[in-house]
Amino acid sequence: MVSEPVIKTVHLDCFFGSQRVLRDINIEISPNEILGIIGPANSGKTTFLRALNRLNYLHRTYSQTGEILLDGRDTRTLSDNLLRKKIGIIFALPQVLPVTIFENVAYGLKVHGTTNKETVRRTVEEALQRAYLWEEVKDRLQEPAVRLSGGQQQRLCIARTLAVGPQVILYDEPCSGLDPISTAKVEDAMQQLKTDYTQILVTNNTKQASRVSERCAFFLMGELVEIGPTHDLFTIPQDKRTDDYITGRFG
Amino acid sequence: MNGAKIRQQIAFSILGGITLLVVVPIILVILYIVINGAGAISWQFLTEAPRNGMKAGGIFPAIVGTIALVIGTMLFSLPLGVLSAIYLVEYARDDWFTRMIKLSVVNLSGIPSIVYGLFGFTAFVLLLRLGTSILAGSLTLAIMSLPVIITASKEALESVPFTYREISLSLGATKWQTIRYCVLPYAIPGILTGTVLSLSRAAGETAPILFTVAAFYLPRLPHSAFDQVMALPYHLYVIATQVPNIPISLSFATALTLIALVFLMNLVSIILRAHYRKKRLW
Repeated sequence: MVSEPVIKTVHLDCFFGSQRVLRDINIEISPNEILGIIGPANSGKTTFLRALNRLNYLHRTYSQTGEILLDGRDTRTLSDNLLRKKIGIIFALPQVLPVTIFENVAYGLKVHGTTNKETVRRTVEEALQRAYLWEEVKDRLQEPAVRLSGGQQQRLCIARTLAVGPQVILYDEPCSGLDPISTAKVEDAMQQLKTDYTQILVTNNTKQASRVSERCAFFLMGELVEIGPTHDLFTIPQDKRTDDYITGRFG
Repeated sequence: MNGAKIRQQIAFSILGGITLLVVVPIILVILYIVINGAGAISWQFLTEAPRNGMKAGGIFPAIVGTIALVIGTMLFSLPLGVLSAIYLVEYARDDWFTRMIKLSVVNLSGIPSIVYGLFGFTAFVLLLRLGTSILAGSLTLAIMSLPVIITASKEALESVPFTYREISLSLGATKWQTIRYCVLPYAIPGILTGTVLSLSRAAGETAPILFTVAAFYLPRLPHSAFDQVMALPYHLYVIATQVPNIPISLSFATALTLIALVFLMNLVSIILRAHYRKKRLW
């Protein structure tokens, strides 16, 4: 990779209580790439993702050592609010707030102090368009967000994240609760977002990783086993454990 | 019908019957009071001061006194209770200090009301030199109301899904913004319920106001928060037991007024609750 990494972790170790969940993770993520992260349950994928925007700290026993750099800058120098504004996240299950469609997307603007009504309206529209949801909801913005289907809700969550203007978007198994058609729509949205955002996709679905990502990382029991171009990782894995996992020979 | 279905029917009927039994006492109490007291209720009774050593005239000062006490109690206990609950649910770590606070709240609710009265008398009336006054009475009732308000608010806050907080924080909101926009609005119905419940109880308490605010016979309205007032529950006690030859219908009419006042408060809370429920769009 030639360009400066957007995110770089250096000797990242993560703990819940005394248990080490991630061990010495060193990853560099380039601008505008989609990095897939695969691995079995309890391999630390989600912990890695949530370490990047410090959501892990919502658990009181959590601690981490090592460095996480955003644009070459140690993220410990950023406040939680600013860091999470720059690194947005989409959760596994579509999680909408019990307010209208419009208010869901506008929420991030409200907390970051955008009060101009016209700016808010325009930003919400743009975000919904980029998340491929605008056409479906433009006439029902004042309806409760919970009335949307699961796939629409997940794209609403993407729009909500886009509205605050992030640099990086994290996806934590974003399609685990969705049908194939909704999944395809979310994946389309991700492809379109590549031009402006760096995206990291944690997924249990190896096929999805191979469809969407350019590079892919394989996590196992808290370790980064292998990382490389997705095509290579799936065809000529360097590590036997990767090979075992992607060919389904895993214990 | 087979055996299992019949047994189920019997079980349902028994459960239904028992539940119905709960309703019977309250209906009887209200009916009894209405039948005996409604006749004595009149515009004069509600708007005039008592005369003739309370044997005639109305109960207006006592109504005003009770309303003043309820408002005073709310002013102290609502902010204190809700803010404590927010601290306990959203901020406090699970350490000995937090456990001590929670234990205190539980124990506070177990203290007999007369003890609150005595405490209020020594602490507020004598020590803080507030005198027997609305202020002292409200503070005493507020302390008594705190446990219910804190417990209800805590439960209301805890029942707001954790995901709302997670969404808000993940978008870069501060902790306070998260509480303000994503937690409190959905906890308000529960908080209101607890508050009104404890205020209704405060409105009807006699023991805590006995030494701190209640006047035996004061046929005028209070001038300030440092004044004594008559209050409905204490007035009821006085005319029912302390003054001879008072028509019993006056006692029942006073009781009816007190109950009506409490029902009115509950009604307001039901309306407010419905209003806030609508805000949560399911």
